[in-house]
Amino acid sequence: MNVRLVLVIAGLTLREIVRRRVVWVLAGLAVVSVVLVGWGTERLVTIAREELVNELQIRIGVSQVLILIAFMFSFVLAMSAAFLAAPAIASDVETGTVHAMLARPLRRAELVVGRWLGLAIVVAVYTALAGLLAIAVVGIVSGHVPPEPLVAVAFLAAQAIAVLTIAITLGTRLPAIAAGAVTVVLFGLGWFAGVLGNVAVAFDATALQGATDAIRVILPTDGLWRGVIYGLEPPVVLLLAAGRDAGALEASPFYVGSPPPLAFVVWSVAWVALVLAVAITLFRRREL
Amino acid sequence: MAADNAGVTNPAIATTGLHKVYGRTVALESLDMRVEPGEVFGFLGPNGAGKTTAVKLLLGLTRPTGGSGMVLGRPLGDLATRRRVGYLPELFRYQAWLTAREVLALHASLAGIHPAGRGPEMDRVLHLVGLDGRGDDRTGGFSKGMQQRLGLAAALLGDPALVILDEPTSALDPVGRDDVRAIIREAQARGSAVLLNSHLLGEVERLCDRVAIVHRGRVVAAGALTDLLGQAAVRLRVTDLGALPLDAFGEVEDDGEGWLVVRGLAEDRVPDLVAAIVAGGGRVHAVDPGRRSLEDLFLDLVRAPEAVA
Repeated sequence: MNVRLVLVIAGLTLREIVRRRVVWVLAGLAVVSVVLVGWGTERLVTIAREELVNELQIRIGVSQVLILIAFMFSFVLAMSAAFLAAPAIASDVETGTVHAMLARPLRRAELVVGRWLGLAIVVAVYTALAGLLAIAVVGIVSGHVPPEPLVAVAFLAAQAIAVLTIAITLGTRLPAIAAGAVTVVLFGLGWFAGVLGNVAVAFDATALQGATDAIRVILPTDGLWRGVIYGLEPPVVLLLAAGRDAGALEASPFYVGSPPPLAFVVWSVAWVALVLAVAITLFRRREL
Repeated sequence: MAADNAGVTNPAIATTGLHKVYGRTVALESLDMRVEPGEVFGFLGPNGAGKTTAVKLLLGLTRPTGGSGMVLGRPLGDLATRRRVGYLPELFRYQAWLTAREVLALHASLAGIHPAGRGPEMDRVLHLVGLDGRGDDRTGGFSKGMQQRLGLAAALLGDPALVILDEPTSALDPVGRDDVRAIIREAQARGSAVLLNSHLLGEVERLCDRVAIVHRGRVVAAGALTDLLGQAAVRLRVTDLGALPLDAFGEVEDDGEGWLVVRGLAEDRVPDLVAAIVAGGGRVHAVDPGRRSLEDLFLDLVRAPEAVA
């Protein structure tokens, strides 16, 4: 693989995102969301303080709100990643742009990896900026700063990158719209499996737990989401959970008892590489 | 360099029994063709004859089901060879959000043209296709004709040894078509072999040294235009001919409508024939060189059912 050509394609992808004003749409959305989050949190904290609610309770409340906001942001991010990445290869094939490019000494693998790299950079930078800005604004208005904001944002970005990898892969064979839609469905199924898995843990349903564990390995998006929660969850919640029977809490998709194991993080990285390898193979075999 | 020598001595394109099947559809039955370095080769055929499939096979965009081929002395799909091949696709679309110069810069970069030489080379091809002054405009605002000119410019970047043009004038008006003829001649003068895939037979007739006519996935006729279109009959309207013997010029007959038909006469001997008639006291009112047009040949071949026996 020629690194220079991969970077040429990645650069082209970045320029496309900027030129087609996608960046401004994303930035606008982020600013609006952060302003709303800041305003909402400020109102919540002010009202709670007026009601003389204890500061610890306010902190726990804000931490839960922040996790909920992160959840919604992760969904928006996954949708954006799916619809940015699905046309990356698919549309170029549909319009014929790709023919002129692949008649040059450009390998299909270089095109796929270059497209992926460009989009992964956009998604990672966007997640980092929007995520950290939201966390900072919540910190300023409420005084609550999550224990590991960088870990949370890193897992959030990793989840979005996993989604975009699926979308690019499907887009090597399916039309852009189909690839985007299937990706969103898969992402939703992954999340649903995660919730079912939590319920299975809470009710000791071993068979169900086995099935959902398998889905988490096949599709690590929900596992990565749990990393986000862990980074946002204040230690006091974990202490409280440990102090009582946490069965009901385990069933919540907004609570985790422990960080994702290192093996899972390593697997997630390998998973992205594997799916990308599948994308390259599928695209290589495609008749243009 | 060895590679350059190979490019000079090897044919630009040589294929043997190239065969391509998509599912159950046979797109190309068996293609045998040869394009020499530096020649303009016309590749003709009705829609669905397999022309575009053949072009895609030559460029390595699709893999053959059977047969083999060489481009510039290397097997089909060879990556390094593509540096020396320029291609204008039939469906030419370029990134609408790039300017014309940026599209060319992208292609120059993919083709591995040295960064220092890119600027002057882009200026040259933009000028060649008549897009001077439009280089910094976004291609999204270009008319179809301008996009096709840009595609030609991209195909000609870096003086490729082989230029493959798939319907290069489909979006152009008559002026644009005339420009393209000049552009193709210029490319040939700079040493490129040109494979011209076109429906416009008049264009091919004016430009090409040799042609191949493909029908139902096979070459049904190939060769120099003069050979393919030879065997023509010269028709003359002559009065007061008397009994002048003209047998030395070929097979002569009167068509009964006042025209004298002479078969088997080389084109450059037509003036001699006229001179002989005039010298013998005949009055020549009209001479029709009667060369068969490429269109006649094409229609004969494509419509003849036995052509694909």
